[in-house]
Amino acid sequence: MSDSSPAIEVRELAKTYAGVTAVNKVSFTVGQGEIIGFLGPNGAGKSTTMRILTGFLPATSGSVEICGHSVAADPAAIKRLIGYMPENNPLPEDMRVGEYLHYRGRLKEISRKKLGPRIDEVLELCDLKRVRHRIIGKLSKGYRQRVGIADAVLAEPPVIIMDEPTIGLDPHQILIVRDLIASLRGRMTVIISSHILPEIEMTCDRVLIINQGRVVAAGTPAALRKEFLGANRYDLEVAGDPAELGALLTSLDPDVAVEEAAEPDADGFRKIVFTAPSGDIREALWSALAKDSRFRVRGLGRSRHTLEDVFLAATRRSWDATDAPASRPANVA
Amino acid sequence: MKHFPTILSHEIRMLLVSSSTYIAAVLFLALMGFIFTGILENYSHTPRELSPSAVFFQLFWIPVFFMVPLLTMKCISEERRHGTLETLLTAPVSTAEVVLGKYAAAYLLYLGLWAATGGFFFILTRFAPDSRFIDLGPLLGGYLFIAVSGLFFVAVGVFASSLSRNQAVAGILAFALLFALIIGLKFVGTLELLKADAMAPLRNVVEYTNVFRHLEDFSRGIVDTRQLLYYVSGGALALIFSILGVEAKLLHS
Repeated sequence: MSDSSPAIEVRELAKTYAGVTAVNKVSFTVGQGEIIGFLGPNGAGKSTTMRILTGFLPATSGSVEICGHSVAADPAAIKRLIGYMPENNPLPEDMRVGEYLHYRGRLKEISRKKLGPRIDEVLELCDLKRVRHRIIGKLSKGYRQRVGIADAVLAEPPVIIMDEPTIGLDPHQILIVRDLIASLRGRMTVIISSHILPEIEMTCDRVLIINQGRVVAAGTPAALRKEFLGANRYDLEVAGDPAELGALLTSLDPDVAVEEAAEPDADGFRKIVFTAPSGDIREALWSALAKDSRFRVRGLGRSRHTLEDVFLAATRRSWDATDAPASRPANVA
Repeated sequence: MKHFPTILSHEIRMLLVSSSTYIAAVLFLALMGFIFTGILENYSHTPRELSPSAVFFQLFWIPVFFMVPLLTMKCISEERRHGTLETLLTAPVSTAEVVLGKYAAAYLLYLGLWAATGGFFFILTRFAPDSRFIDLGPLLGGYLFIAVSGLFFVAVGVFASSLSRNQAVAGILAFALLFALIIGLKFVGTLELLKADAMAPLRNVVEYTNVFRHLEDFSRGIVDTRQLLYYVSGGALALIFSILGVEAKLLHS
């Protein structure tokens, strides 16, 4: 297995439950050491896709290869290659944290000699040392979630799949989990799904947006922003005649479109939101406005599109084109 | 089968820390104690042909009907309901290892509880050292019958548990299956329909599966390999169906 070969390769994956198509011809590849975020509305097929990747569910058609092993043909090998944390993180209620990790480690074929130090290491990594002897059923949600993550990384598998690892955590715990995932970067290939978009944006190298069982967008958050929302968007606070301002903007970039122009406030300043498809025009605009005595400027900024906008745009586009074939190739790296 | 010992020891540990095990054990020993004292009291009034231990084992079906479902009903259904089956089966273990590990743990506990009834006989010999009360042959035969038939009965319980995610449903299903197996087949053997000559092969089959007949033979010291085969193959079949049941549920989940 060379470094250039993909860690996960999914081709034309489909899954049908009793006539309902949950996953519809999904294809994507994940490189080694990448962190991939799965995004999608509820019922989009994220969990199903992840379950198929782990070999827990069989696919209706299509193929999945993890580190060169086919999931359908060689499930035993796949189980050794992945660490999986299912949705809702099921844990046995009446075991202690240390006992549970020991049991899982034995199941994951870690030798007795290595298991003790490895459990210490994982407990340290997930900040669980204090609850080592507590019963899992009595732990708070944040601890339980980290026990699940500790179990997923326990055997140091090359691929880690986590279904909504940050669901139900408070912002502080999310930060811890995020750092934890980031610390795996480069060593392990990680796939996580989440509803929390900033979360994905901050931790993931690439994002895969799934809707109605199809991949509707894939790429780095920056590339997606460009693809789905295109134009740069600016906020300008300026005093002066809006019509003259429009002419000035058009002279800088002929494709400028004013999206929103607010009423002037007490000091005569109004907030104008406009988009310009070509490169950054802030500097040119700033110097043009400074030279022009008709306008007084109070602020100029470029607003960043959040992943949320991308997500909404991508999923809306796919609702519109439901019956069209999978709209875009997924492996846009 | 590399993980069988790991799963077995984990299952035994989980059974030993769960309160339902102790409730089942107390119920079982209390009931068996009542039955045992009842038998002894009967014997003190009227002389009988059979030894007390033979009569004791003839009532084996009463505890089997509630003990086996109680011990096995949650073994797979609970894992499925909590979703821990998913983490378990995505670890490098096979379904067969999981099912066998759980089965073996339940079976060992079942044997342990029956072994505890040996205390009744011990107390009896201790305080009434009369050889008429304790007949070692039927006693050992009875325990052997319990051990051998348990192979099948516990497997039936595991099978029922593999079919439902609801413990109660699994328990009732196990009870129904055991009832059909023990009482139902005995009843079928008495049907008028089977007395016809044309039905002779069928009648033989039904007689062959009569559990009470097996018990009688074991108590008399007759260990028939056909009867051993019946329980061992029945148990194996039930376990294969449990494994298929777990996997079929995954296919359609």
